Amino acid sequence: MATDTQLDLWEVFIQNKSGNHYMHAGSVHASDKKMAIQNARDTYTRRSEGSSIWVVPSAAIVASNPSDGDMLFDPSNDKIYRHPTFYIMPEGAKNI
Amino acid sequence: MIMTQEEALYKYCLRLGDNALIHSQRLAEWCSNAPFLEEDLALTNLSLDMIGRAQSFLKYAAELEGQGKTADDLAYRRSERQYYNNLLVEQPNGDFAFTMTRQLFVSVFEMLFFEALKKTANDMIAAISAKTLKEVRYHVAHAEDWVIRLGDGTDESHFRMQKAIDELWMYTGELFEMDEVDKVLIMNGMAIDLESIKPEWENYISNVLEQATLDMPKDIYMQTGSRKGIHTEHLGHILSEMQYLQRSYPDATW
Repeated sequence: MATDTQLDLWEVFIQNKSGNHYMHAGSVHASDKKMAIQNARDTYTRRSEGSSIWVVPSAAIVASNPSDGDMLFDPSNDKIYRHPTFYIMPEGAKNI
Repeated sequence: MIMTQEEALYKYCLRLGDNALIHSQRLAEWCSNAPFLEEDLALTNLSLDMIGRAQSFLKYAAELEGQGKTADDLAYRRSERQYYNNLLVEQPNGDFAFTMTRQLFVSVFEMLFFEALKKTANDMIAAISAKTLKEVRYHVAHAEDWVIRLGDGTDESHFRMQKAIDELWMYTGELFEMDEVDKVLIMNGMAIDLESIKPEWENYISNVLEQATLDMPKDIYMQTGSRKGIHTEHLGHILSEMQYLQRSYPDATW
């Protein structure tokens, strides 16, 4: 088996300004928390994209199984009353 | 003949600009050659920070000189003896341990230097210093982490770090050298006494090396020369590459 010569993988989440959601930006390799933050900063915030960074070891992320897709997501598709499409957006509200 | 304040300020800005310019050129050589992708970006980021700083200082130097030159003229059209960067920043990249050792020595110096210089009586230099300080703090953090990681790493990485530290040590004395330029400006509250930050520098470096399980070199012969424009053989090679385009095609534009 080929050994992985790369450092550990970390997922990077960037908040573009205070109050907004953290968005997944991508991933970086790093050997520890500090290096992960530095590498994330150097890789994903070079053009003023961020004001705060989270890094999470990729191994700590639990993903849903694609074969469970029907069970997990289909039931919501045919119930339009679950969608907030009947509300009128207040004027001037950007993030709801 | 005593040096005027204008002359001294011009030379001081050249020194600060050249340090950033030449170090930046060295770091740019890592582009696409770093140990891994993320570090490639980190090194070129440091390089870009320094290009910005070089531009600010050389632009101001050109204004002080008052001969209608631009920052580019100063960066690309002087000859070797007219550069005043410290010998340390022109040293070849060597291996990654070498580059990080050079970075640590320079960045810790710059952190203490710009911290003091931001209180200068010269508004322009104060403004550039304040901006630079934020960048340099990150440079220190980055270099420091690597030096500790590699020093306290494997036998191989420890050996390489110690070798880099021992070989670059003789270029560190020059960082604190002062000449007439410094004396004239210190009198006017525009420059700082480099001797005053030396103990702090030694203290900081010795702390990092201790955490990295590395030995601080004993006092040895220190190289000197750059305050007079005398350099190691490496600067000429950097300039020939860096200036090639402007020398061959003067005023070339995109």
